[in-house]
Amino acid sequence: MSYLEYNAKTTPTGLRKILFLNWPLVLLLISVACIGFLMLYSVAGGSVSPWMEPQVKRFGMGLAVMFFIAMVPIWFWRNMAVVAYLSSIALLLAVEFFGTIGMGAQRWIDLGFMRLQPSELTKITLVMLLAAYYDWLPREQTSRPLWIAIPVVAIMVPTFMVLRQPDLGTAILLLAAGGGVMFLAGVHWAYFAAVIAAGVGLITAVFQGRGSSWQLLKDYQYRRIDTFLDPSTDPLGAGYHITQSKIALGSGGWSGRGFMQGTQSRLNFLPEKHTDFIFTTLAEEFGFVGAVSLLGIYMLIVVFCIAAALATKDRFSALVIMGVSLTFFLYFAVNMSMVMGLAPVVGVPLPMVSYGGSVMLVLLAAFGLVQSAHVHRPR
Amino acid sequence: MKRNPKELEITHRSLSRRALLLGGFQLVFAGGLAMRMHHLQVDQADQFRLLAEENRINIRLLAPARGEIFDRNGIALARNSPSYRIIIVPEDAGDVDKVIKDLSRLIEIDPKDLERAIAEMRRSPPFLPVTLADQINWQEISKVAVNAPALPGITPEVGLARIYPRRADFAHVVGYVGPVSDYDLDQITDPEPILRIPRFQIGKVGFEAKRESMLRGKAGAKRVEVNATGRVMRELDRRDGVAGADMQLTVDADLQGYVQARLGNESASAVVIDCENGDLRAISSAPSFDPNLFVRGISIADYRELTENTYRPLANKSVQGTYPPGSTFKMIVALAALEEGIIGTEETVWCPGYLEVAGRRFHCWKRGGHGNVDLNTSLKRSCDVYYYDLALKVGIDKITAMAQRMGLGIRHDLPMSAVAAGLTPTKEWKSRNRGEDWLIGDTANSSIGQGFMLASPMQLAVMTARLATGRSITPRLIKSIDGVEQPDGAGTSLGLNENNLRTVRKGMFSVSNDRRGTGYKSRIIEETMRMAGKSGTSQVRNITAAERAAGVIRNKDLPWERRDHALFVSFAPFDKPKFAIAVIVEHGGGGSTAAAPIVRDVMLQALYGGTPPLAAYPKKDRNRIKAQQERLERERPARLQDASDRA
Repeated sequence: MSYLEYNAKTTPTGLRKILFLNWPLVLLLISVACIGFLMLYSVAGGSVSPWMEPQVKRFGMGLAVMFFIAMVPIWFWRNMAVVAYLSSIALLLAVEFFGTIGMGAQRWIDLGFMRLQPSELTKITLVMLLAAYYDWLPREQTSRPLWIAIPVVAIMVPTFMVLRQPDLGTAILLLAAGGGVMFLAGVHWAYFAAVIAAGVGLITAVFQGRGSSWQLLKDYQYRRIDTFLDPSTDPLGAGYHITQSKIALGSGGWSGRGFMQGTQSRLNFLPEKHTDFIFTTLAEEFGFVGAVSLLGIYMLIVVFCIAAALATKDRFSALVIMGVSLTFFLYFAVNMSMVMGLAPVVGVPLPMVSYGGSVMLVLLAAFGLVQSAHVHRPR
Repeated sequence: MKRNPKELEITHRSLSRRALLLGGFQLVFAGGLAMRMHHLQVDQADQFRLLAEENRINIRLLAPARGEIFDRNGIALARNSPSYRIIIVPEDAGDVDKVIKDLSRLIEIDPKDLERAIAEMRRSPPFLPVTLADQINWQEISKVAVNAPALPGITPEVGLARIYPRRADFAHVVGYVGPVSDYDLDQITDPEPILRIPRFQIGKVGFEAKRESMLRGKAGAKRVEVNATGRVMRELDRRDGVAGADMQLTVDADLQGYVQARLGNESASAVVIDCENGDLRAISSAPSFDPNLFVRGISIADYRELTENTYRPLANKSVQGTYPPGSTFKMIVALAALEEGIIGTEETVWCPGYLEVAGRRFHCWKRGGHGNVDLNTSLKRSCDVYYYDLALKVGIDKITAMAQRMGLGIRHDLPMSAVAAGLTPTKEWKSRNRGEDWLIGDTANSSIGQGFMLASPMQLAVMTARLATGRSITPRLIKSIDGVEQPDGAGTSLGLNENNLRTVRKGMFSVSNDRRGTGYKSRIIEETMRMAGKSGTSQVRNITAAERAAGVIRNKDLPWERRDHALFVSFAPFDKPKFAIAVIVEHGGGGSTAAAPIVRDVMLQALYGGTPPLAAYPKKDRNRIKAQQERLERERPARLQDASDRA
């Protein structure tokens, strides 16, 4: 059902829209952000600089962006999907040529007032494009190979571009979120089964091939896999981060060592403690209770999004909400798995908590889309 | 574009179904994450808490102060003196090169030290201090302290360094300390962690090494919190170490200093033992060396000079060197014979200058012989033939037994390096070690302290003290530990017949006081301090029959290392023995000429507790003695100043 098919008059207009926002979702996002501020204050040794203060400003800006996007009818955003997608691809290309190099990868475009990370933006525009595509595509065409090839190309183009940066974390998120939207849109099981089978086959081949004449990866890549599987084999090298991270988590115990009392983070044993590994500081200082609480809030956000998606009869809206919530889920699931030693360290931040402007802005903009879909849902 | 409402309903239902499916999957995944958290944070919390503590807590050892060593009057023999060094913290210094340049304008920095320091700075993180210069004197450290504001990152640090104020006097007794070497660590199973503290010093030889465990003390420790790069954030707690025990030795620093000076440049040794309690008052070995050279690490040139010296300055001749005791052994043979009742004091032996034993001629040192000789004369004039004859009657077993009773051939337990047991041969010793039967000639040789017989100067001093007292005097070196008096070595009666002992002592008295005695020239004329002694001249070569026929070559015509060893043992005062002394001058020639004067001088010095009056000496010696006293006074080396004296 598209916007032409329901009476636009049933949706609220003007500032009344504010009353129809999904307020529980807004409050949950604010509470997650506040936890983030607290942790940034803690890892700076009890100081608002250098991390907490800019983060609060960005969050304020992000909230404004979110409300602005929420006020604009969802059908406008649907019409913008292709433009948004192509713009982000253009930005990724720009990174290729004009990007700033930082931390071993070329990811940023310096806009003067802020450094934009187009790969983050792409996660949302890809979801928008796929949602608009499946909104447009008649149901019976959904599982036709030709019509599947189009979204697959749409996913693969930005994926390969971020892999070149290199940014494995974003590539995985793009693949998983894109695949997720395709799954939600009703693409036949068999395709997913085939992809998973192929994936398992490839992994088996990678391991079986080791040491033989047809081994698929370079030796150093195998060593990285070894380190991931057993960090203790390289405690001072690549395994150091993950070992220290697990020590920090574990030493938190049931109720934690207390706010600003985490020795692992305070004494710099933790790597990247204000960005990718901020969860370990939280787990160290607030323990199992704190860690599970954050996970709980995250899951509530996901659940509220799913409820919102189920509540709307607009296909684009439902797909965008589900896509955004899946991306959000992938962020924290991959990040937590990574710091708990369940996944390799691929560089995915903890959403709304890790220090970083682009992710914060892009996520709040994405939740703006969710809000817009919620406000402008057919009644 | 209109769509079929029914169609829409189907797509919507399909989407809802898949959304719920995905949501379910997400919930399951989140549940898995929560379980993982529980596993890490609750199940394994203790283990990880321990690892976190290991990460952040470092234990730093605190070196304890080493016990100090004093003489019997409280004069320091080994002390800990403040030593200054200059350290730099590169991080605080900023421009390290400039700071070092400024510093080198103030004080001299050894280029080798500097090179090492720069290499160390490059290796370690910038907040760790690096030593730039060690063993800085007070003037230099003051210069640095005054200019501290212009030298960022530079701090003077005070530590403790071992010094030996009496320098060479006690090198062989006290020994010295040095930095722990890899070799030292290999020698010890499970070495204490304290040994791995950089610059930590342990006793290397002598008393310092033998009583290392008591002198070292117990290490303290402080626990500090460090961050990931090893920077100390704060001190958590501190447990101070226990200082090592202070030791008081029985030696008398002034007497030892005199003895060392009196021995001078001879290769010689002298031991003074207290006849009342066995206290070793002086244990000298000459030439000596300055142990302070070893504390910081001796230079190769200095070390080579010590090792290549034919007089072996590094050897502790007083306890480690063993020599044929020569005629000083004759008292043992006489006493053994008297105890067995084999001879009477009046019985005489005819000495024609040799004795035929098993077809071989054993010569007396006096070519023409001594004529009729009784026991007193045999000691006084040191007749060899008398003792060949006596020994054959008594037998080697009785002689050896008596020697061991008098403290020869047994290892005295003294805390010094390489204390030798000497050798008092027996029949089975020879068959075991040489695979030969004991010959009658061996007994004859043994009777005059030659052949296999070996004793250290310390053992000869013990023997003399036992003869003088009739008690089992044992040598004692440690007077007290941390103020606690140690058991003395007065010993109990040896169970010898007092008359026999008196006979032997009278013979020794004649040696020093009878006009025909071998030690008469080096007598004491002060009536209350009369000395009793015995000379010994032990051969280190065989005299062939041809040489004997042509006339034995005199010592001064022989190369140094083939000359005879000169020995003299003595106790005094004769009526109430206070000190027993043994002196050996390696390759010094005759005992009565080379060793006896030293014994007399040392004895008087010990008895008077300082420079003796010239009235104690025979009249015609006094001028010579006066000159000698003045020369020794001039030559006594100055006591080593230490840093605390300057401050």
